[in-house]
Formats: sequence, structure tokens, C-alpha cells
Amino acid sequence: MSEFTFLFRGSDPTAQSPEEMQKSMQKWLAWFKELGAKGHIKYPGHPLERTGKVVRGSQKSVHDGPYAEAKDIVNGFTLIEARDLAQAVEISRGCPIFDVGGSVEVRPIRARECDAAE
Amino acid sequence: MQPSDHLFRREAGRMVATLTRVFGVHNLALAEDVVQDAFCRALEVWKFRGVPENPSAWLLATAKNRALDVLRRQRTARTFAPELRRLLDSEWTLAPAVEELFAPNAIKDDLLRMMFSCCQPRLAEGAQVALILNILCGFSVNEIASAFVSSHAAVEKRITRAKKLLATSKRLFDVTAPADFATRLPAVHRALYLLFNEGYHGASAETAVRAELCHEAMRLAALLLDHPLGPTPATYALSALMCLNAARLPARVDVSGKLTSLFDQDRSLWDRELLTEGIRLLELAASGSELTEYHVEAAIASVHARAAGAEDTDWAAIVSLYDTLMSVRPSPVVALNRAIAIAQRDGPERGLEAIGAIEDRDRLAGYPFYPAALGELELRRGRHKIARKHFRAALALARNPMERRFLHQRVGACERGDPPQTAILEPANRLHREITG
Repeated sequence: MSEFTFLFRGSDPTAQSPEEMQKSMQKWLAWFKELGAKGHIKYPGHPLERTGKVVRGSQKSVHDGPYAEAKDIVNGFTLIEARDLAQAVEISRGCPIFDVGGSVEVRPIRARECDAAE
Repeated sequence: MQPSDHLFRREAGRMVATLTRVFGVHNLALAEDVVQDAFCRALEVWKFRGVPENPSAWLLATAKNRALDVLRRQRTARTFAPELRRLLDSEWTLAPAVEELFAPNAIKDDLLRMMFSCCQPRLAEGAQVALILNILCGFSVNEIASAFVSSHAAVEKRITRAKKLLATSKRLFDVTAPADFATRLPAVHRALYLLFNEGYHGASAETAVRAELCHEAMRLAALLLDHPLGPTPATYALSALMCLNAARLPARVDVSGKLTSLFDQDRSLWDRELLTEGIRLLELAASGSELTEYHVEAAIASVHARAAGAEDTDWAAIVSLYDTLMSVRPSPVVALNRAIAIAQRDGPERGLEAIGAIEDRDRLAGYPFYPAALGELELRRGRHKIARKHFRAALALARNPMERRFLHQRVGACERGDPPQTAILEPANRLHREITG
């Protein structure tokens, strides 16, 4: 098994009614439950605040941000276990984020040397 | 765990009502923003971390913290609820005051306060109902538009205007002053009655949507019964009426949205518990000297509820109750229902005569169940051709797919020469035009 991180980008629920938001949440809960039942969840992860600080350059200057477009902002992550990248991608397709125009970035976590030797 | 159905929508009403009390009614929009924000947070956190043990408490705590935040950051730029000003101004009293405002009993009062505020006389009845659905029941403009089968733009305009008017009132309605409470109560009854009727007779073809409107009206009526000043005979009568009619919902419209007349309903599907509760409430309503339309309508519903079948119904009692209803709240729709009850008691000829005697029957010109009633009675006299003509006229007036299907089937019945049945009507106060108007 290999590990992957799912980076969730750009779901903006602000335009939804309470009922729609609850429905959307229930879809996420169902998705997570299914993945958990199949043993794909290494760590459920966390949501992230929209903004924080960005520290940049040799001066280590501190900026507000990130000021990316809403659709590009990472607002949560989850650690996934899957056979390979192809399966991880397949798993990501069930994510309810696509209903609201968001995206999932699937990134393999690079194995340590000793893990690779196993 | 799974959050209960409609949790967000239910909590929306409680949270907006309480925050509006804290911020002042002129900051209604701010209260709504804070609630929206709390839901966004719940959505984000719960989807990763699961739903907390007590989701309502979580939402309320989040709204409370955000409220404290707003009060601290904006107290120089904004004025908040004038009557709380001294408490909110000082850092010493701010947190305990907000804590108290978010206590369960305070919130219950806030819901009533908001409900009474929405029913202010400067707003048209339709606007009051739309406002209650939006603020207290958490329905979005889209959801209201779809429930009332009207355009998003029309509903939005109506709600925006109503909110502006509400925001100009100095403060929320005071539900602790007995005289004011009693004066405003009839308007609140009326709004809840219309809300219930929109679910019961309404335009939406979706059974689930309609049942939801009925349930919301019953939930709000239960709040009234819970308040020390709320349980008047009229409140009991209105609650009885809702229970007795809601008990028939499962048989009235089937899962596919097909309308079934009172005569053909499978009475074993009627909700016995609601019927019993309705009869109990109707008994409680029988005190004092005031006879409201809710008393009479509930009494009519109880006669139906007690009958094992349409043929066992005490039609004489129903005719006399319609006579009473005509004296309490006369309308051509009530007169039409009375005529149908007369037809049941004395035969179709007498029913047609009674319809012919309805003075303002021109007001029924756009009402599909007017020609449908004529059709049904003609059919019973064996005059299929004339009956068919009436049903076709009714079909042309049908307001939604559910009615269209029902009437289409009646046209078919005339063509096939089926044995007649009676499409019984129930007193409906149409709201649709008022809402979109």
C-alpha cells in the first residue's frame, strides 16, 4: 500500500441554503464513511482557514494571504492509503467537492528509503 | 453520528432569532451573516472530523463566539440592541450577558419574538408567511419560490422588501406584554394557518415539500402553546385543525404526488395519533366565548375523522358547520364546500342549486375546483357529456401537475361512463397570488 494526500481546493459553500449545506455535508460524511470502511483513510485530516500568513524570501518577510483565487485555495487535506496512484485517483472521483466546482489534488507521499526496501 | 434531518434549517431559525435579539432588529442582515458563517464552519469541520456529539450545541456555541467577536470589534462603529446597550458596552458584563441571551429558555422566547415581529400589520399576509419561512424556518428564496411555484425574482423582491421594513422597527416585538401579545396573536394565527394551508392545498407538486410546510406550521404552533400567554381557545383550535388535517396527508397525496379525494382515500392510512391529538386539542379549544374559523374548520375535520367511510359521514352536521363558517368567515370557496355537503345530504340536484345560489361565484372563475364540483354533480345525475365539459374547463384552470393529473382522470371517467364519485373540497384559502403578487 502507498500513501497519498488529497488536497481539497475551492469549494465555496457561502451561496447555499442551510438545507443545501446540510445535504452537502451529509455527502461528505457518506464519502468518508465509505472510504473508512474500505480501509483507505490513513488520517482524516483537517479543514484549513482560508487565509493566514505567507513568509517569503531571504528577508523572511511576512505577508497576509495566500491571496489566490477562491478556486485555487487549499481548504483541507486528508491522508489516503491506496494500492497505487491510479487507485487513489479513482477514489478521489467520489468526492462531493466536484458538485460545487472544486478540485482534488492527489499527491503521492514519497516513501522513505527503508519503506521502499520492504 | 448522523445529524438529524433538516438540522441546519431548524437551527437557522433559532440562531437568527437569538442573534437578532443581541444585535438589534436593524442588524438582521448581520445576524444572518453570522449564522451563515457558523454553518460554513460546521460544514468544513464536520466533514473532516465527524459530527460532534451535540451538533445543535456546537452550532450555537460557534454562533455565540462569533457574536462576541462582532460585538467587541464593531461596538464603536455600530449600535446594537438598544435595550442591551449598557450590558454590551462593558467588557465586564458583555460575556455573561451574551451567555444568558443564548440560554435555552431565552432562545425559545426569541423564536416567538421573531414570529410576532414577522406578523406586523404593515406587511401583507403573504409577505408575513414568506418572511416566517425565510427567517424562522431557514428556507432560502429558491426553496420558497419552488414551494410556492413562483419565480425566484418575485419571492426575492417580496422578502427583501419585508426585511427592510422589519429592520426599520425600533425593536423586536415584546412577547411578555399581555395586551400587545393578545392584539398581535390573531395575525400570527392567520400566518400559521396560511403556511399550513400552503402545504396542504398548495401548488408544489412535491409531496415532501408540502408535508414540510405543514410540519413547520405545526412546529411553530407548538411554540405558541408552550408560551404562558399562547394557549388561547383560538390557538388550541388552530392546532387541532392542523393535527386533524395533517393526519389525512398520508392518504391525500400518494408518494407519486397523485391527489386522492376524501371519498377515495384509504382511511387506514390516516395517522391515528394525530387524529387523537387533534380531538384532544379541539376539546381544549371549547372554552370561552370566541368562535373562530379555526374552531369551525377543526370541527368539520373532526366529523370526517370520526367517520369510518364517506358514506358514514354525518353530512347534516357538516352542512350546519359550513353554515356557521359562512357566518364567521364567508367566502365563495366556503360556500362551494357547503354546496357539496348539501349534495351529499340531499342529492346532486340540491347541490347544484346551492352552487347556483352562491352570490359572488364570479370570484370562483379561476378556481379549478369550481367547474370540477359542477362536473362531479352532473356526473352523478348521469349527464356525462355536460360533466365532461365542466371537467375540461377545470383542467384548463389547473395550477399544477398534481391537479392536472387528477382532473385529467376525471375527464377520462366521464368518457368511459365510470360510476360517479365526489371530489370533495376542503376550505382552501389560496395564498399563491398573494405570495407572488
